[in-house]
Amino acid sequence: MADNLETTVAFWYLAIAAVGAGALMLVARNPVHSAISLVIVIFHVAGLFVILGAGFLAVAQIAIYAGAIVVLFLFTLMMLDMRRLPEERVTHRQIWLGIPLGILLAIEGVVVSVGTPEISASIKGAFPPATVSELGGSTQALAVALFNEFTLPFLGASVLLTAATIGAIVLARRVEAHEQADFPQAASGSNTNDTAAQADAAEPALEESAR
Amino acid sequence: MMLNGFLVVGALLFALGATGVLIRRNAIVMLMCIELMLQGANVTLAAFSRYLDDQAGFVLVVFSLTVAAAEVAIGLAILVALSRVYPVVNVDQLDSLSG
Repeated sequence: MADNLETTVAFWYLAIAAVGAGALMLVARNPVHSAISLVIVIFHVAGLFVILGAGFLAVAQIAIYAGAIVVLFLFTLMMLDMRRLPEERVTHRQIWLGIPLGILLAIEGVVVSVGTPEISASIKGAFPPATVSELGGSTQALAVALFNEFTLPFLGASVLLTAATIGAIVLARRVEAHEQADFPQAASGSNTNDTAAQADAAEPALEESAR
Repeated sequence: MMLNGFLVVGALLFALGATGVLIRRNAIVMLMCIELMLQGANVTLAAFSRYLDDQAGFVLVVFSLTVAAAEVAIGLAILVALSRVYPVVNVDQLDSLSG
């Protein structure tokens, strides 16, 4: 990738938009607006991947993040029904500590990033642009690395996905009536009609414990 | 050099995500902020991979996407299971274990 004018302009637009949308995500009162801001961040980071010459990652990013993860967030927001839970305050009471720590982390990261020296030729890896184009493109080069050097982690990732799928199903499923003896606590919320009544019952209890 | 620019973007996204985890009360928004931190790490990995002429960083981004998908599935399932017992989503109200 040459550092020409078009790339520089695209980089600055994508960088500013990604960081700006990330900041919007923090200040949005409505969680749905935060999710939409996350989608904007994801699309601009995908653009940064395109500038870096990783087209496959950009497509995977949009398909997995915008297509699956954010949809899962929005689906859960809908399921938990935020309208029943009015929020007068969106920030935690430890905000006075969180903001300075965040600014400190940002300053530290920027200082280290700006101070990163030019990468010398002696530590460069095995995939210079000539080799990548000889293999047929960045996606082919990624596949060569993924299925040779990283085969075992790749298989581990598939095991992780299977475990996560089964775990999510087991955690989120409703407990049936005949199983209630085994899970007395989880079973109390298993009936939809009970949920609203239970909300009223649980909130005073929580208030009490807060005192 | 442009590598530094990408690193700055990655660092800023990570810091924004960390700040969000610290200051927001809504558990779902906190999970979204964790995704923002992962995005910052992904930008850094991809930038180093590109400028080191190495594919390892790109491969790590693929794994990072996988882990993010698994993490968000489990995290949201835990929130759904939790909301059946305690119908609150603000983390500072989930204080049954505090004495």
